[in-house]
Amino acid sequence: MTIDSGKVSTEGPPRGANGSSLGAANEVSVGVLSEGAPVAADTQGMNYLVSLPRRVFTVYVPLTVFLIVLLFPFYWMAITAFKPDDELLSREGNPFWVVNPTLAHVKKLLFDTAYPDWLWNTFLVTVAATFISIFASVLAAYAIERLRFRGSRYVGMSIFLAYLVPPSILFIPLAAIIYKLQLFDTRMALILTYPTFLIPFCTWLLMGYFKSIPYELEECALIDGASRLQILVKIILPLAVPGLISAGIFAFTLSWNEFIYALTFISSSEVKTVPVGVVTELVEGDVYHWGSLMAGALFGSLPVAILYSFFVEYYVSGLTGAVKE
Amino acid sequence: MATRQSALARALDNRTTLGLIFMVPAAALLMLFLTYPLGLGTWLGFTDAKIGRSGEWVGIENFTYLWGDEVMRLAVFNTIFYTVVASIIKFGLGLWLALLLNKHLPFKAFLRAIVLLPFIVPTALSAIAFWWIYDSQFSIISWALLKMGVINTYIDFLGQPWHARFATIAANIWRGVPFVAITLLAGLQTISPSYYEAASLDGASDWQQFRFVTLPLLTPIIAVVMTFSVLFTFTDFQLIYVLTRGGPLNATHLMATLSFQRAISGGSLGEGAAIATAMVPFLLAAIMVSYFGLQRRAWQQGGSDK
Repeated sequence: MTIDSGKVSTEGPPRGANGSSLGAANEVSVGVLSEGAPVAADTQGMNYLVSLPRRVFTVYVPLTVFLIVLLFPFYWMAITAFKPDDELLSREGNPFWVVNPTLAHVKKLLFDTAYPDWLWNTFLVTVAATFISIFASVLAAYAIERLRFRGSRYVGMSIFLAYLVPPSILFIPLAAIIYKLQLFDTRMALILTYPTFLIPFCTWLLMGYFKSIPYELEECALIDGASRLQILVKIILPLAVPGLISAGIFAFTLSWNEFIYALTFISSSEVKTVPVGVVTELVEGDVYHWGSLMAGALFGSLPVAILYSFFVEYYVSGLTGAVKE
Repeated sequence: MATRQSALARALDNRTTLGLIFMVPAAALLMLFLTYPLGLGTWLGFTDAKIGRSGEWVGIENFTYLWGDEVMRLAVFNTIFYTVVASIIKFGLGLWLALLLNKHLPFKAFLRAIVLLPFIVPTALSAIAFWWIYDSQFSIISWALLKMGVINTYIDFLGQPWHARFATIAANIWRGVPFVAITLLAGLQTISPSYYEAASLDGASDWQQFRFVTLPLLTPIIAVVMTFSVLFTFTDFQLIYVLTRGGPLNATHLMATLSFQRAISGGSLGEGAAIATAMVPFLLAAIMVSYFGLQRRAWQQGGSDK
């Protein structure tokens, strides 16, 4: 990521639309904020020369296959959640449709299992971890990107390296630490450990946004006697709202989806999160209650899917901005 | 009093002081829960620690034991196989999907939004859907293939070693393709259409346009995207844990799932930590190959050498 800030522009010949001559800072802002929108509008290019039948076979058919494969598991999840058991376990009839939809699986899930607890736990942990991470990341990104204190370059690099450390090599020693801090089997264990993968990501994302804000604004405020804290709260943050939303959405989905820490640090049913609870508790011996399992998976996925649907643009620009930078 | 206040004000005005103060929350959390465990993990790898008992230094005993351990060798093979096959297919399909989505399409924004769905929902939960799709008795894939007359008996997707390997790889690809496609799409959108216009006026075919315009301009982004993709795939845990727990006969154990099994389920923290530590060199090598391998190609194709 650091390795090529603005690399896209230096690699190829100068590009008209995104203006590589404006320098690296602007390149990033274009990349993160508008995501090539001016170009996207006329990517049609020479496409009008391609005949319709040919387009159908080279574009629409493969695209439809992609969409069907990518969306089928969700459809299957949803349809299974509302299918009565006898339809689930019969090989007759059309499996792709429900004849007698039932809410029995949902009822079982909500009243006979700890599922509502898991939802509540996941929500609590996710919100707390998100806020802690955003708070720490805003301060860190501002310090690294705008205060440019001595050594900030190296701190920025190490934040990036921290992002590359995968949870699957950290969970064993973290389990030992959590145990020693007597946080084992508490929500606090998750709230404190999730920021380890959220802070590096959010800091990187926010550094990109902060970079795009003109220094002149800050200088004017300094001359007018504003303190750094005032500048951060009253000038930088309002201008970086899209970045804050992106970082917030990312932090929320990443912590909602987290699995390995929650699996390792939590053992009692009432403190489990949704992904872990569904995987470990809904299977009783050899009898798989597919209906309730799928209902659990469906309702565990819905909150992130809904949140995502409201903020798609922010999510995509965060994802692509972080990779491109 | 006045001087003290101004000293404080001056300190807060000093960029280095203020910068360090602002770094405190992030640094404290990362030091305690990232840097320290990283070191502790390496140390644990050289001890015989068990759950609830801090271990004694045993040197490289864990590593020599693992070197001779058949299961560990199988896990290393599986991890490499899983990463290589899944990454290559994810790249191919992801690039294809990105090119399709970059075409002039109706409902483009909507399409892009739903394509990313597999990437944003919890992997553990979509893995459960795959578990049901792969069920040995009621698999919908088997049902469809049987009705089409392709097979005679239901396929035991997760019960046989090679079936299970490819089934888990397929699930991983399903989850990873959207990420590759959407990030490459962002790269494609920064390529000016005037290049394609110029190329097609010069008589370049579709393939030539892709090969000599798209690919060279996309290479730097491909390098970054694939590096991340390899990193995610190599350290994958959830999919395998949910679908097979490493079975059948350890055929799908990755190093991450094996270290979980040995350290948490089996209680030998030291041995598990040794497996996790052993992942690091492989991980670095994988990142080097995907990052520098692709980066060098960019350089050969006339990009600047940075």
